[in-house]
Amino acid sequence: MYDFEYHRAASADDAKSKFGGADDARYLAGGMTLLPVLKQRLDQPSDLIDLGDLDDLRGISEDSGNIVVKAMTVHHDVNTSDLVKSRIPALAHLAGTIGDPMVRNRGTLGGSLANNDPAASYPSAVLALNAAIHTDRRTIAADDFFEGMFTTALDEGELITGVSFPVPEAAGYMHFPNPASRYPIVGVFVAKTSDGARVAVTGAGACVYRVPEMEEALNADWSPDAVAGIKVSADGLNEDIHASAEYRAHLVTVMAKRALAA
Amino acid sequence: MSSYSIKMTVNGKEVTGEVEGRTLLVQFLREHLGLTGTHVGCDTTQCGACAVHVDGRAMKSCTLLAAHVDGSDVLTIEGLADGDTLHPMQEAFREHHALQCGFCTPGMVMSAIGLVNDNPNMSEKEVRHGLEGNFCRCTGYHNIVEAILAAQETMRG
Repeated sequence: MYDFEYHRAASADDAKSKFGGADDARYLAGGMTLLPVLKQRLDQPSDLIDLGDLDDLRGISEDSGNIVVKAMTVHHDVNTSDLVKSRIPALAHLAGTIGDPMVRNRGTLGGSLANNDPAASYPSAVLALNAAIHTDRRTIAADDFFEGMFTTALDEGELITGVSFPVPEAAGYMHFPNPASRYPIVGVFVAKTSDGARVAVTGAGACVYRVPEMEEALNADWSPDAVAGIKVSADGLNEDIHASAEYRAHLVTVMAKRALAA
Repeated sequence: MSSYSIKMTVNGKEVTGEVEGRTLLVQFLREHLGLTGTHVGCDTTQCGACAVHVDGRAMKSCTLLAAHVDGSDVLTIEGLADGDTLHPMQEAFREHHALQCGFCTPGMVMSAIGLVNDNPNMSEKEVRHGLEGNFCRCTGYHNIVEAILAAQETMRG
């Protein structure tokens, strides 16, 4: 790991000011993705701004039909929250599939979204549930947030403060994990929202994406059978030693069916 | 680059040190404090040999900065036994022969205590699932699971 200047932010304002004062800073949340990236020397920030002391960015609450999860809330807390389990059980389930228990004790929702790894789990829930991402300066709709591989709509120095997840009528998540890293090779989140069915796929492509043909079928019939015959294209899907593009395309249908049956 | 003065509680004792921004917690424990019971296996957040508890939660110390946990309460494998009396989890590992080469053992024990603290009534399946972040390259999982199931009975009293 290349060395860097380390700063601990005392508040969100302090974090932004320290970020602005540095050459090429990154925010550090749980570090479960950022630190491995730095160890591999895939990134070389001049400064890290640690958000670990920002306790007002932790917590889960309900606000007019939304479950609001603050950015620094760790996966374990989402997984075990009675509120999330009762209102959006699929979201609690998803949080419990990320990494392993020790990763879930440290990794955060905000960190996962800001990084937007192609195989991160949370982006599928945010996109399928039509969630709103709150930052220090605006609110971004899920459909506008995820722009591409490791790329989001966040501006330089913009800080995610929390996410509002509208409570769906029904939802499910299923993933096929890589046996070593536990990242989804393919993960599918399905949700029956007030705007209709939404299906979001992670792990298969460069960035989380929706599957309109599945959503149309589910608007007519919310059941595993409705998607069972839908084959998605393998064009542009990820291909690596773990799975071919064709295999990933096949898994999208299988995981969608299982998510609906869950 | 700068160096940073850090202070934390490790196994009940207050310790201080000078670290770089990039110094990992596991390096601080092993190289600065000489607490070599915590192992570095994969160094990629996968194998769990480096598991310690930070403020009561099991975490992978190869993926935490020492500066990150400045001011925290850290528990390592060296802090478990009370004099010659092993922690119930250590005793169960000994009793059930839950180690072969022993390299993964400190991480297994720290991770397992974290699991029991969260749920002292785990089924065998839950124990196996809970260990997904700990690798035993001797593949000695069977006795490790037996030990954890036995230890949780002792730990819940």
